Amino acid sequence: MNHKEPLVRMKKRSTVSLKQAVLVRLVAVLLSLVVCAVFIVIVTQQNPLQVYAGIVDGAVGTGRRAWVTVRETVVLLLIAVGLAPAFKMRFWNIGAEGQVLMGGLASAALMIYLGDLLPNVVLLVIIFVASMLAGLIWGYIPAFFKARYNTNETLFTLMMNYVAMQIVTFCIVFWENPAGSNTVGIINSASQKGWFPSIAGNSYILNVIIVLIFTVLMYFYMTYSKQGYEIAVVGESQNTARYAGINVKRVIKRTMMISGAICGLAGMVTVCGAGHTISTSTANGRGFTAIIVAWMAKFNPFFMVLISALLVFMQQGAIQIATQFGLNKNASDIITGIILFFLIGCEFFINYELEFRKKQKEA
Amino acid sequence: MNLILTFIQKAIGQGIAILFGASGEILIEKSGNLNLGIPGIMYMGGVSGLMGAFFYENSVENPNGFVGLLIAFAMALVVSALGGLIYAFLTISLRANQNVVGLALTTFGTGFGNFFGGSLSKLAGGVGQISVKTTGEAFRTTIPVLSEIPVIGPLLFSYGFLTYLSIILAFAITWFLTKTRKGLNLRAVGESPATADAAGINVTRYKYSATIIGAAIAGLGGLYYVMDYLGGTWIENGFGDRGWLAIALVIMALWNARSAIWGSILFGALYILYIYVPGLSRAMQEVFKMFPYLVTIIVLVFTSRRNKPENQPPASLGTSYFREER
Repeated sequence: MNHKEPLVRMKKRSTVSLKQAVLVRLVAVLLSLVVCAVFIVIVTQQNPLQVYAGIVDGAVGTGRRAWVTVRETVVLLLIAVGLAPAFKMRFWNIGAEGQVLMGGLASAALMIYLGDLLPNVVLLVIIFVASMLAGLIWGYIPAFFKARYNTNETLFTLMMNYVAMQIVTFCIVFWENPAGSNTVGIINSASQKGWFPSIAGNSYILNVIIVLIFTVLMYFYMTYSKQGYEIAVVGESQNTARYAGINVKRVIKRTMMISGAICGLAGMVTVCGAGHTISTSTANGRGFTAIIVAWMAKFNPFFMVLISALLVFMQQGAIQIATQFGLNKNASDIITGIILFFLIGCEFFINYELEFRKKQKEA
Repeated sequence: MNLILTFIQKAIGQGIAILFGASGEILIEKSGNLNLGIPGIMYMGGVSGLMGAFFYENSVENPNGFVGLLIAFAMALVVSALGGLIYAFLTISLRANQNVVGLALTTFGTGFGNFFGGSLSKLAGGVGQISVKTTGEAFRTTIPVLSEIPVIGPLLFSYGFLTYLSIILAFAITWFLTKTRKGLNLRAVGESPATADAAGINVTRYKYSATIIGAAIAGLGGLYYVMDYLGGTWIENGFGDRGWLAIALVIMALWNARSAIWGSILFGALYILYIYVPGLSRAMQEVFKMFPYLVTIIVLVFTSRRNKPENQPPASLGTSYFREER
């Protein structure tokens, strides 16, 4: 009998050192940058080093660009922070896009209707509550049906995104400014009501503060609170959770309300803290990218910061090289995609190891 | 009467792209892979078909529509199959999380489509300037003689060949999954890969084949949209959310490609209903555009409420298989 051993076989690693895990990810990032460079060179026929210099320049080249990069990073981070508890619970919330939009919509509505009536601080506090409430409702609806009838949450939340988008276009019809433009334009551009105030001359400091507070809060909630532990147990096994006396349905609904509320807040940060307008592209795909960020970071907030920073850095850089070399702006999506493929793929080499066939002496 | 006829015609025209996507996704999901990358793959299929036709028509003196059609068709199949291969390698060989890979693939594919579509427009001299008329005409050629019959002609025989192909494929997939040994094996893999493995079925090979072939079929939906529906041009983000609707349709059709045919026409009708309901204000039109998604949500809730065993997704859907794991 001739049993042929396969050339490579894989086995699960029992443990992996932090050094190894970091090394694998670094190699993956470097490889992805090489592949991106190859792609860029084929399309632009430019020296790849020059192109990467362009990316760095675009992301952090000037003070303003660097702050835009920071602003975009913290929004992405906030959405990922919001999604983390849902995913930890194995609830596939693909609806962050819609939850962000609803939060943004609530913010824009209050800016428009209450902008002239209230002082800015009061208005911002009201918007803060309302945007979280809007996201909370949008997250609660699929969770309710998941808990009640075990309805597939992946597709439910996905469809909710498009319902939210239609609600936004519906509102734009009434809010458009100037008439006929089909856009809302900059809201309260003269009075700056409902805008985040600048602190120490910088208009994005408040964004960073809010996001950092919520990131830290979420870290403690997930690691040290009883509710955070319940989320982890439900995620591992619903049967175990039930056996331990955890009310699974309540945990699902409660966690999704928290998740949706934070995503709604991200809508406020985008509308009041950055764009000062509302459109269907206010969320701009961040709801989807944040899923990948949260999942790849294994819900560790520190890794979430790193991954969102890397992705936003490359996106902002790609926008710059697009103008510099006359490409169109969608190049940034391709680059993001390539980096993600490598980062996702490298997880395998952290969890498994390959064993090559040993040379055997002929018997 | 005429209005109803055009409405049905347009609804079918809208539905076919979604039907291709749903048929492909059904094949993939039956192998236990939930591929959320379908929207991206459909963009890739569409733009590559367009590129093939564009470069062919610009390099020959007198382009032949049929040759252009073959080139576009082959390009769409190959490139979307490659998209499927990326997904298959990451989820099957590297056992990455399927949802995450799918979403990344959608980001990548949508960017791929808009990037090359936009670059092609620029090459052709501006937005909407791409013209692959000859090939577009070939894709839109209807069945001669039969399409002249009043009422029945426009209703049944006035479409390009991709429309008929999509319906044939939907029937073929249902037949394959229920009547052939390979189809039954594939379903076994999707229900319980460990059992299938023990029965001597090559799980990896089945998963790979289903994912790649399914992606190629879904890519034809993008090709249909670009060549037949638009007549051979590119609109940035024009394909929109049809890819997600295709994934929703899989659930609505309860993983049966044959029922997806009716579902796709229903989706198509809901998609364009706002144009045909008289006297809608602009705001109300936006409300009508919500219907495809609301209907999907309602169907989702009702099927989960009824909870019939034969209406369930493949049992192993969304999980990767590792032989040594218990």
